[in-house]
Formats: sequence, structure tokens, C-alpha cells
Amino acid sequence: MAIYSVYIINKAGGLIYQHDHNATRPEVEKTFSYPLELVLKVFDDKIVVAFGERDGIKVGHTVLSINGTPAEGRFLKGGRDILETIGMEENYPISIKFGRPKLTTNEKIMLASMFHSLFAIGCQLSPEPRSSGIELLETDMFKLHCHQTMTGIKFVVMTDPRQMAVDGLLKKLYEVYADFALKNPFYSLDMPIRCELFDENLKAAIEIAERVGSGST
Amino acid sequence: MSRQTARGGDPRKVNGELFTLTYGALVAQLMKDYENDEEVNKQLEKMGYNIGVRIIEDFLARANSTRCNDFRDVAEQISKVAFKMYLGVTPVVSNWSPAADEFSLLLENNPLTDFVELPEGHDALIYSNILCGVLKGALEMIQMDVDVKFVQDQLKGDNITEIRLKFIKRLEDAVPVGED
Repeated sequence: MAIYSVYIINKAGGLIYQHDHNATRPEVEKTFSYPLELVLKVFDDKIVVAFGERDGIKVGHTVLSINGTPAEGRFLKGGRDILETIGMEENYPISIKFGRPKLTTNEKIMLASMFHSLFAIGCQLSPEPRSSGIELLETDMFKLHCHQTMTGIKFVVMTDPRQMAVDGLLKKLYEVYADFALKNPFYSLDMPIRCELFDENLKAAIEIAERVGSGST
Repeated sequence: MSRQTARGGDPRKVNGELFTLTYGALVAQLMKDYENDEEVNKQLEKMGYNIGVRIIEDFLARANSTRCNDFRDVAEQISKVAFKMYLGVTPVVSNWSPAADEFSLLLENNPLTDFVELPEGHDALIYSNILCGVLKGALEMIQMDVDVKFVQDQLKGDNITEIRLKFIKRLEDAVPVGED
């Protein structure tokens, strides 16, 4: 059971808070000898596996690091081009770590505002007026729970499909927001939340919800 | 965590007198700074407004209330739930206008004015004007444009303190999707 991440979206569709809780994404590190059996390509300014799934490395995974040096886009930290490094025989044997790319902050902001629009579409599609909008979105790998307050703020929580009692967590998050973001006199409304107390209490609430909601297991 | 338990047990977390004195000091300082009662009233309302737009979320998160259907529901929520929750008093709702878009909150004793006597020459000062700001700010966040003002004040020798709320319009463009 797990709670993966939390998003808070303001009434204009802007992401004001995001927290990744259990971000255990599978990563595979493997040492290769020349020539590399995998076909890599540049996609969206990242080095992506295009062909040659093996040993847990999947098509779509990106290069996270080479010989322990983390990748930053198409380059390694320090400025070496990744494709160039991989292409040179003298660099082998080489150890490359692959994994699913993390969402960048920009992508998160984009997805949040897209969800905001989807939510509005959901309401418009409703045969009856006063629809609550999207409350639950279910996939095989995760569930997305959403709660919109009367003032128009959305709390979105991504969880394991078996996680229970997420409604309680959504309500608790609203309380934490009211307490530690809004009651902080130096927090300005509708702006990104950067308050340590808020972070701490949000994490505590998530951990409690995880324990409570894991049910019989 | 201790905060939460304290909240569950005793809703009064801070000594009421300290609260009253703090507010008194604030108004006194404003009067010194501005020397003009109108300006002080304006500042108090502004402060209240800023409190209102924040406190509404706290209210909604804790009071478990649903959206009100008409202005009578709103009056009920304000007097029975909100005032009770934050000030520990329950004002009487009365003096409805025929169209039910205007009502008064009658306060027997206003916790802000426990020890207050207005000095001479400050007839225009609305001592508790912060309450108007709070109500206006909070209602605006739930998409109601409301005019709030004091019509009677015990500080000025009236029998009762009366806050008048007049519904102006629903802020349609601010209504979240699904509720319009």
C-alpha cells in the first residue's frame, strides 16, 4: 500500500504544491562492453532507449547516469555529451543506469493545469448540473483521488489502487493547508507553498493515512 | 500533533482577554498612525478582509458544511457555526428584508469590546470594523459579493450591536466548475 504523490491546484489551474512521497521508481544499472547492444536516441532532450529491451531495461527508459555521474538532459554532469561518451570504445566497459524519467517541475505544472481542464470537461459532460467533477480516476497501476473545495482549490492524491481511506486524507490535507499555509501570515494566496511546517505536517498526514488505509495486510 | 488534540478538547486556545487586549492595542495604534477615523475604519476592514479570505478555508475544512441554498442558510451558518467557532458567541439573525437578501446579526456582547470606552471626538470610528472585513472576505471566497456594515454599536450608546449584511451578487466567474 502506498501513497505516491500529492498535488494542490489553485482555482486558476496553477500548481501550488507538489510532493512525491513514495517515489520508488525501478532503476537498473548494468555494465556493458563495446559495442552497446541497445539502440539509444534523443527524445525530448533526453537519451531514451529506442530498441533492445533486456534485463529490466525497457524501451522508453532514459539514461540516468553513466559510471555514477548523473545525467542532465543530453549531457552528463560536467558537460560531456552522453551519446558521444557511449560511442567511444575507450570508455568501455561502461556502467549505465536506466530508469523511468522523473517528471520535471515544468511537466508537473503542465499536467496539473491539464487535469484542471479535464476536471472542467468532466463537469460539462455530466447529464445533471452540479456534478462534483472527477473524484476518482482508476488505472491498473494507481488511483487518482481528487477533492475540490468550495473555494475551488483541488487536492489531488495519487495512490496504490489498494490504498483505502483516501477521503480522510484529502480532508486532512485541506486542514493542513488551512492551518499551515493560510494561517502563515507570510504566505500569499494562490502562490506556491513554501513553508516547512506545511511540509512536515503534510508528510505526517500521509504517513498516518498509509498506515490506516493499508487495511488487512 | 499536540495542536490537534488541544483543538479537539478545548476550542478556546487563547485567553479571551489577551485577544481583546491585542485587538485594542491594534486599533489604538492605528488611531495614532492615521489620526483620521475614516482611514482607521478602512484599514481595519482591509485587515479583516485579509483574514476572511484565509479563515474561510479553515472554516470549510473543519465545519463540514455543505453549500448553502439561499441567503437564509448563509445567515444560519454565519451565526450558529462561524461566530460560535471563532468568537464563542452566537449572534441573533433578524430584520430580514422582504426579498430575503438582507439581514442583521444582533450581538448581545461583542467580545472585541469587553473593556472599551470610545474616547471623545472619535464618533466616526467603527471600532469592530474588522468583523465586516472578515465577513466580506470570507463570503467573497465562496463567490458571494456582500455588503457588510455596522448599523448599531453598543460602544456608541445603542442597546445592541447590529451588523447588517446585504447580498449584492453572486460572483459567477469565480464559481468553481460543477457548481454553476
